[in-house]
Parts: sequence; structure tokens; C-alpha cells
Amino acid sequence: MASAGRPVVLEARSLVREYPARGRRRMGRAARVRAVDEVSLSLCRGEIFGLLGCSGAGKSTLARLLAALEPPDRGVVLLHGRTFGVGGAGPRGARRRAVQLVFQDPAAALDPRQSIGAAVSEPLVVHRLVPAARRAEAVAALLGEVGLPADPAFLAGRPGRLSGGEKQRLVLARALACEPEVLILDEPVAALDASVRGQVLNLLAGLQERRRVAMLLIAHDVGLLGRFCERLAVMADGRLVEEGPSETILRAPRHPETVRLLIAAGSAPAETKSPEFP
Amino acid sequence: MLAPLRTDATGGSDPSRSARPGSERAGEAPDAGGTALAEVTNLAVAFPEGPRSWRRVVDGASLRVDERGAVGLVGELGSGKTLTALALLRLVPEPGRIVGGSVRVDGLDVLAAAEQALTGLRGATLGLVLQEPALALNPVRTVAAQVGEAARLHGAAAAATAALVDELLAEVGLDAPSMRRAFPHQLSGGQRQRVLIAAALSAGPKLLVADEPTAALDVVAREEILDLLDRLRRERGLGLLLSSHDLGAVARATGRITVMYAGETVEEGPSATLLAAPLHPYTVGLLASRPDAGAPGGPWHAIPGRPPRPGEWAPGCRFAPRCPRVFERCRVARPALVAVAADRSVRCFLHGTAAESDG
Repeated sequence: MASAGRPVVLEARSLVREYPARGRRRMGRAARVRAVDEVSLSLCRGEIFGLLGCSGAGKSTLARLLAALEPPDRGVVLLHGRTFGVGGAGPRGARRRAVQLVFQDPAAALDPRQSIGAAVSEPLVVHRLVPAARRAEAVAALLGEVGLPADPAFLAGRPGRLSGGEKQRLVLARALACEPEVLILDEPVAALDASVRGQVLNLLAGLQERRRVAMLLIAHDVGLLGRFCERLAVMADGRLVEEGPSETILRAPRHPETVRLLIAAGSAPAETKSPEFP
Repeated sequence: MLAPLRTDATGGSDPSRSARPGSERAGEAPDAGGTALAEVTNLAVAFPEGPRSWRRVVDGASLRVDERGAVGLVGELGSGKTLTALALLRLVPEPGRIVGGSVRVDGLDVLAAAEQALTGLRGATLGLVLQEPALALNPVRTVAAQVGEAARLHGAAAAATAALVDELLAEVGLDAPSMRRAFPHQLSGGQRQRVLIAAALSAGPKLLVADEPTAALDVVAREEILDLLDRLRRERGLGLLLSSHDLGAVARATGRITVMYAGETVEEGPSATLLAAPLHPYTVGLLASRPDAGAPGGPWHAIPGRPPRPGEWAPGCRFAPRCPRVFERCRVARPALVAVAADRSVRCFLHGTAAESDG
């Protein structure tokens, strides 16, 4: 599964996550919905891995399990081959720092009352990454890396006055402050204006090259994933139903769900218009 | 208030009036001879900025929907497309005011009409589908109660309403018997959007206005909703105004597209032509920014800078600060929306006679 001999950074083995189903009961017991069903995948250093699927396929739950925001019911997530249990602040804290999650709506991810400067320095303080004396310098470097200014007036401002694209840059600066090895990006440009999406995507491509950070890019836009990612996985009903090099999946999709997504996006190869479902 | 509009192609007085085709509409829609069902001309909407000052956040919006025609209204956040759609019903939210332009729907002068005439317009002539189905629906009322509400308000009897609700739900593809008693939280995003569409149709409108109906949906649900809107339009002979930030998505369900930027209409034309040969540099940039445009591995295309905040526009052409083809005149004079062909108009000094707007 690892590509081109690059070391595996993050590996998920047979992850399962269930939630109680609303309103349904079977045999006197509350029914459960399997949001993530036996999912295994691995992310290599410096690769961009795409995760494609419809709403409700389980993509965001999988992201939360990988980032240790919630524990799986079964299965493990390994960071550099090491297991972390669900309890214990230490190792789980380490994974929380090393695996950073960026959500779709940057406005919801930022505290409207916190100054821009404080938002970027907060992770440095929480994870004790930079001594207080060098913090201002580190904040300026992080803002520079995502293409935002770092003058005192800007640092003192609140995120509310930023545009959508600028807010997402700020969220990225916060994630980068943690010196992550894995960035999980859950629909990072879906809420942004079409004319500035490319700016954020170019920024992400630059980060991946410069920092060699592994990225898991979650989206339902086939065109975006196909162009951005080396490898793709397709998720449906909690399961990974297809995985492989992006080019292969887009050119010769095998699973009906992949075909359905490609047709909806208007980018299915001609010969897959009427697939023979297995 | 109204800027005199000029046109070089037809000599008419109003580009949005002269710029219309006889035949290029989505699907096999019968051609109604191009009678305007809804027409917005040079609309201006302002919000108070201080005790005595108002800021225009829409200024120069023009669009036209013909009977049985489908028009896509494309623009980014803050471009004014939602306010323009709401102005069709004179429903600009307080404390905003319509301060210029004209709005006509089905022969009614909406801006001059009495409140009572507007009640007949809202729901009965024009059905509105709002952007966020989760917010537009009442969480504690059943689907059936909400779908039938507009019909009841417009005078339908209770028994007739019940039958109507069943028909409407079947028409939008929600015919399961359990659907009537379902609450919004039990539905998927696509199902909620169908409920809203059914509710908008319940008083039998001639024009359906859907504001970003697919923004909250994934790609598969998006296609289903666009197909549904297109089918309803053809079967019911509706006019359709479909607003979206996604040029590609609306192009497939509409015959014509109006592009808005910074509170004004910048380009208008048949969907296929506009996509194949965009004229305004903003439309050109927007198309190049689509994720499937450009070479794999190459950098992503983006229009430099950021969209202006509502009403905080550059003097001259409002797109000039981000435009790759900007020249001196663009920074000092504001171009007018002019017809450059029988069925296309654009607001750009690079095209047509490049008339200046006095507005």
C-alpha cells in the first residue's frame, strides 16, 4: 500500500465506529449505525491522498478517528507504527498534535473574539513548542507561510474582518503551528468563493512540497481530487469500496459508487456510462 | 437614479431587453415567444451605514426571465444575487431598501405595488426556494403541514390541501407514505430541498426562484435536484431563476446565464455560448478556476485578490483591481452593460462600444 518506498506516517487498521440510530429499535435493543466499517488505509510521508464520497458516507467520522478527536469502537490508528490507546493524555496528545484537522467552514473554526495573533500563537503555547521570547517571530513566520501579513494592526484584528479565503489561511497557520506530520483537510475549499479556491489549493500544494507533510484531502469533487491527489479512495456506507492511483480510478472506475460519483460530476469515461454492476 | 442604458447592436434602450434569444433555452422547452415573466433593470439596494448615510450593496443588477425560460444567476458570496432574487418579491431584509431600478413580475410593477398586490405575487405567482433547507423548514412541524401552508394561505380548503400535499410530494419524488408525517430532522439534505420545492409549488406559481438550492448538497444529490427543477419547469411550464456560485452546475439546467460581480450584472447570454466563449474577464477567470480546468500537476488558476466586501467597490470598473486585462480607463470610468450581439450583453470596456455608465 505504501507508495514508492516512502515511509508510512499514519496507518489505520480495521477501524469501526458505530452510533446509535435515531428512533429505530430491533429486538428491544437500540439499532446502531456503522458510520465507519472496517476501514484500513495508510498515508505516506509527503503524499496527498484523496477521499471521495457522498454526504453520509462516513468521511468526516473517519477523519475524526484518524485525528484522535474520538476513539474507534474497534481497530487502531498507528502513528509511525506506534499504537495509541483511546485513553491517556500523553500519547493521544502527541497524535493530536501530529495529526491536524482543517474543516470546511473556517468561520466556525475560529474564535470570533480572539485576536488573529493570539489564534496563531495559541497552539505554540498549548503544545509548548516555542519559548515565549521567540513566539512573536514564530507567529510572523507562520502567517508569512500562508500568505497573510504580520504587521501589528493585522495581528490585533479579529478574524471576522477577513474574507473566507483569508480565514482558511489563518486556520492553516494554526494547524501548521503544531508542526504536523499529517494534515487532514475536510472539504477545505468547498465554502470558499470559486475565484479564490485556486489560491488556497496552490498554498496547500506548496506546503506539501516544502514541509513534506502527508495530506488526506476529503471532498466530493472528483475533478479537484483527481487533479490534486496521487492516490484516491472512495467511501460509501462506511466502507472503502475502491482505492488506487487517481488516474486509474478516474479512467477505469470499478465500483458502482465510483461510477455514480463520476457520472454526477460529469467526468465519467465514455465506456462507463452504462456499467455492469457486479 | 436610472442610468440611461445604451446598446450598439440593436439600438434598443435596454440591453437586458434586447439581449434575448428566440430559441436557445434548456431542454425542449416550448418557446413562449420571449415574453418577459420577470425583469429586473438596474436594481440598487442599500443598507444604512451610519445615522444618515446609506451604502449601496447592489447597484446595477439586471436580469430577465422569460415565460417557461430557465435562467442561471451566478455570483460569489456578496455579489448581490440573493438580494436581487429577493427583490423580485420586494422582500429585501430590513433595514435594507430598494433605492433604484425597476422590478416587474408577470406585469406587476413590484416596487410601486400595494402590499395587497404583493401578497398575491408571493407564493401564487412566484415560488421561492431558499438556500439552506435546514433553516428554511420549521423543525417542529411535519412535512405535510409545511408543504400545504402556502396553498392554505392562498385560500385552499383543508380537504383539498391534503390531496394537494400528496400530489406535490409525489411530484418531487417523495411519495413514501411515511413522508407526510416526517419531521425535517429525519430527512437528508436532498429530501429537505425537495420538501421546500414542493412547498414553493403549492400555490401554483408561474415562476420558481431557487437561491443556491444545491449549495449544501453533495454532487450526486446536486444533480438530482437540478434534474428535478428542470423536469418541473418543463412539465409545469414554469419560468425558473436558479442562483448559484457554480457556473458549471447551473449551465446544465438553464438556457441563459446572468453573471453578477460586486452588486452588478457583468455578463448575460445563452448558457452554452457563455461557457464556451466568456467575454467578461471575471467570467473567463471563474471558468479557468474550476477544479477540472487546467493541466494536472500544474498550479491552480485563481483570480488574484479577493472579492470586495459588499458595497466597498473600486471606482471605475469594480473588477479592475483583480482584472488581468485592466487598462487606464477601467480605473476611472465605470463601463455600462451593453449588448454585444443579438442575445448577449457584457459590462466591459474590452467589448462592444464600451459605453460608460452614468450610474
